[in-house]
Formats: sequence, structure tokens, C-alpha cells
Amino acid sequence: MVKFGTIRETAREPARAPDPQTTPLPVKVQVERFSFYYGDVRVLHEITLGFPRNQVTALIGPSGCGKTTLLRAINRMNDLIPDTRAEGRILLDGENIYDPQVDVVRLRRRVGMVFQRSNPFPKTIFENVAYGLRVNGLVRNRRELQERVEESLRQAALWDEVKDRLHESALALSGGQQQRLCIARALAVRPEVLLLDEPASALDPIATEKIEELIAELKRHYTIIIVTHNMQQAARVSDYTAFLWMGHLVEFNQTEKLFTVPREKLTEDYLTGRFG
Amino acid sequence: MTVAPRTESPAASLIASRRAIFWERLREQVPIGLLALASWLIVAMLGIILGNIAWNGAGQLSWEFLTTAPRAGMTEGGIFPAIFGTVALVILMTIATVPIGVATAIYLREFVPGSNLAYAWARARAARQWRERLIGLGHVVEILFARATRAAVNNLAGVPSIVFGLFGLGFFVRFIGGGIDRLFYGGELTYGQPAIIWAALTLALLTLPVVIVSTDEALRAVPRELREASLALGATRWQTIWHVVLPEALPGILTGAILAVSRGAGEVAPVLFTGAAYFLPYLPSRLNDQFMELGYHVFILSTQSPDVEKTKPLLYGTVLVLLALTFALNAVGVLIRARVRRRLRARS
Repeated sequence: MVKFGTIRETAREPARAPDPQTTPLPVKVQVERFSFYYGDVRVLHEITLGFPRNQVTALIGPSGCGKTTLLRAINRMNDLIPDTRAEGRILLDGENIYDPQVDVVRLRRRVGMVFQRSNPFPKTIFENVAYGLRVNGLVRNRRELQERVEESLRQAALWDEVKDRLHESALALSGGQQQRLCIARALAVRPEVLLLDEPASALDPIATEKIEELIAELKRHYTIIIVTHNMQQAARVSDYTAFLWMGHLVEFNQTEKLFTVPREKLTEDYLTGRFG
Repeated sequence: MTVAPRTESPAASLIASRRAIFWERLREQVPIGLLALASWLIVAMLGIILGNIAWNGAGQLSWEFLTTAPRAGMTEGGIFPAIFGTVALVILMTIATVPIGVATAIYLREFVPGSNLAYAWARARAARQWRERLIGLGHVVEILFARATRAAVNNLAGVPSIVFGLFGLGFFVRFIGGGIDRLFYGGELTYGQPAIIWAALTLALLTLPVVIVSTDEALRAVPRELREASLALGATRWQTIWHVVLPEALPGILTGAILAVSRGAGEVAPVLFTGAAYFLPYLPSRLNDQFMELGYHVFILSTQSPDVEKTKPLLYGTVLVLLALTFALNAVGVLIRARVRRRLRARS
């Protein structure tokens, strides 16, 4: 391992859980002493934190700090990367998702995900949203399918823009529309948790604003965890923020507190732009 | 650090002597000329071969030539049975080679966990529970199996085609065919002789690497994001492959199949012992019939003819048809691939 002098000492302290009085809310996803390895390289070090239900939690930190790895651990998307392994537990409503008996397909139905680069299928707009419903057998007939597709597109604030061209290719949509389509697609299967991996990083400011408004709206029904590079965005959209650094959880708190009165020197340095 | 001031040297004249320029040019131009010559040589050879065949063969092409059987000891008539036999052979071969090749490639690319044998082995050894250890050992076995399969595919591609022919005779005709005869026909010679089915299977074996390699490439070209999108929606691996990966990879797979067909259509050696006939008065209609084949027909016309001069035009015509067939198939493959590339580029 690389040595980082004094800064490392700070980070190596056991990751602290937020004050009990700062998280009175019920926890939806509890991460417990979770570590993750690419081959023999440990990229997450015994992370412990609880994501509160029906709240938006932002994961921030410099590139390579492990925030995306942590996010992808929550729906076990990292399983797809060869030669990786996880230690510790992640509990979804108290159930360990890394238990060998867990059905990953069921898990992913309950924990939806939107990726950094919008990745619609090269199919029609309608078929993109219908995909999850079809593969999971969630609808009984054509009418129900159409209703769920419309409902999802409305939730993603995309319906009005695409209702007249549902059967055109999704690839003809603009970048921002494609990303909202990906959100609609994830919402269609009615997940409980929504993981967003820098959903606006490739979008212009107007499209970004739309996505952020959407996140605020979706919070009522979903527990949202968002990875972002953009600290202003984290401050705008999230209720809680976790700051990761070199695979360690440095600080986790209500966004307002973390941004105004950070407890850790490292957090303060990062927020004030001294590194990162 | 400071830069040393440039010292003014007495200006060397830009004007060189004519002789110096001449030698300099020569030193520069001769190697370039040799390189160009090498490439022109190839073009010229191809031009001579194709030109010769087209010039001499084109006059031979006629409706009659393409639709009738050889007559008068192969010195007159057409080549329809050979065209028919080649097409039938290639269709049977495709039916055998494409499903097996595609299935192999899907397994190797989509279902073998990881690739790092040392890591998988270390994981299996470090496992604390017997269940984990068993899974780990399973991964090691799968990786080894996949490696063996890839090695087999690569080596299969390097085997000379005449060896395939002999193998087909020994394995398909004698062993499989003979076995069928002993089991179901009371030893009566039915399948235990050269036949179109055995020739097609031998050819399928020969073209298998082409299908596997091109399918593998097509699968690898499917963006990881699409797979992840599907899996993140709660689709199973198989659903993801069936609904997302295969439709994306289909053009590449088709290209592979077409290349395999064009390779198979041009081969003579593998069908020599396994089913091609010198001359047949009828068209093959059953799997255990023999057949005539274009490549083999070329061989026959050029070596076995009673009257070489009379056969020559027929020979040119046959070669032209064979070339046109394989070129056309290749062209279709290239066109499909180009279309797919354009589509992929348009997306990114």
C-alpha cells in the first residue's frame, strides 16, 4: 500500500457512524464493515453507514475514492466484474444481500440503477420502458403494460415530450431525454431503492436541472443514493452526504451540516477545494 | 536555466550540386520504388488470374451451362449438378456449424467466470467454508475448460484441410456411418459410405473456428453498458443474452456464418474422401447420397478429362462460377459488417 503520512492517519480511524440524533430516520440500506477487492487490491475499507429511507444520500469524494464501487455494491453490479470479492455485509431492510442464498435477480428488481452514461437499448422508447416489466413478468396484459409505461414516463417527467413518438428509436432522443428515459425504465419495475451513478455528468445545465428536480420529486417514494462529482449538486439535491476518500468513509452527516460545519479536517479540505 | 545564445555559423548554401541532388533522390526513391513494386506485384498477379479466368470463362457462361448436366464424358454440357451439390452441401454445413459455433462462443464469452486462473485458484484455496471452496474449484475447472476450448479452436483453424478430409472419412463415414449401418440396417451399406451428410459435417468442423471467432468478436463488441442496464432491471443472464446481447451481435454473427459458407464452398480436400462424386446421373435427394461439387469438378475437369482441349472452356466456366459464388458471399459478409460498423459509429 502507498503511504500517505498524516492524512492517512485521519482516514484510517474507524469509520464513524453519524450521531444518533442526526439520523432519527429509519434506515433502508445498512452497510456494515463492508470491504471490496479488485483482485488483491482493496478499494473499500470496512465501510459502515446507513442510508435513511425516503431520503436522498449523496456519495462524494475525489476520483478513485470508491464511491461508484460502493454504489454498485448495493445492487451487486460488481459481481459482473471478474476477479473481485466483497467482505462484510450490506443489509436491505435487515436482509444481508451478500448472503450466498440471495437471488441477485430479485435484489436488482428492488434496487434499481441509473448509469453515468445514458444507455438506452437500441429499441423503441416504449420497449425500453417495457423491458423490465416484460422480463420480470410484472404485467398480465397489453393494457396494463401500456399503463405502467405511461406511468413511469410521467414519473420521469418525460411523458409529454415523447407521448407522440413512443414507437420511435430511443437513440433519437437527446442526451437529457435519454437519461430520463433510463430513469423511467428503472422506475417501471417499481424498485424501493434507486441508485444514481453521476446521472447528470454528461448533461448540459438545463437537462441537469430537470434531473435534479426529478430527484427531489422521486424522494417521496424511493430511497435514493446518488454518486456525484459535483459538490454543488450534492448540496442541492441530497439530505445526507457521505464523503469517501481513498476507499475510507471519512464523514457521513446531514448534507447541511457536512457542508457548513464538517467535523473532519479532510472533509473541509476537500470541500474548500484544497485537493480532489 | 538559460538557453545558450545561438552562434552564427557561416551560412551553408542551400544550393547543392546537381550530382549531389541526383544521388540523394536515388537513395530516397529506390526503397520506395521497391516497396511499391511488391504491392503492385500482388495486384498484377490477382489481375492476371482474374482477368484470365474472366476472359476465357465469360464466353462459356450461358443459361444452358448453368442449368444442364455434363454430357459426352464431361466434354460437353453444363455444371448444374455441381452447383446444386455445392449449394446443398453448404446449406447442410451451415445448419451444423452455426448453432454449435454460436453456442460455443456464447458460453466462452458470457458464462466463464473471470479469466485469471491464478486468482481463482488462490480464492478456492483460501475459502474457509466447504461450499465456498467447491464453488471456487468449480470456477477453476471452468476456466481451465474454457482455455482448453479456446486452444482447441485455434488449433482447429491451423489443421490442413486434407487432414479434415481423412478425419471425416475415418470418423464420420467409417465410425459413425458404419455404426449406424451395423445398428439399424443389419450391416447393409447405407450410411457407412461417402455421402453429402458426412461431407457437410466434415466441412462444418473445418469452418467452426470461423464461426466461433467472429461470434466471439461480435459478442465482445456489445457495449457493457447494455448488459448492465438489462441486469440492473432484474433480467436474468439468459434474458439479457437473448433480448439484448444477441440482437446487437446478430449482424456480426451473420457475417461469420457467411464467411464460413464462402470458406466451405471453396474447399475440395475435405469433401474428396467424404462424399464428392466424379459424376452422378442424378441429383442428391437424401442425406446419404453422394453429390457433385464445384471445386472437385474443377479438379476432375483438369486432370481426368479424356480430351483436354475440349474440356478447357468448360473448366474456365466452372472456375468462374466458383469464384463468383465465393466472392459474392464474401461481399455480402463485408457489406453487412460495414453497415454494422456505421451503426455503431453513429451511436457513439
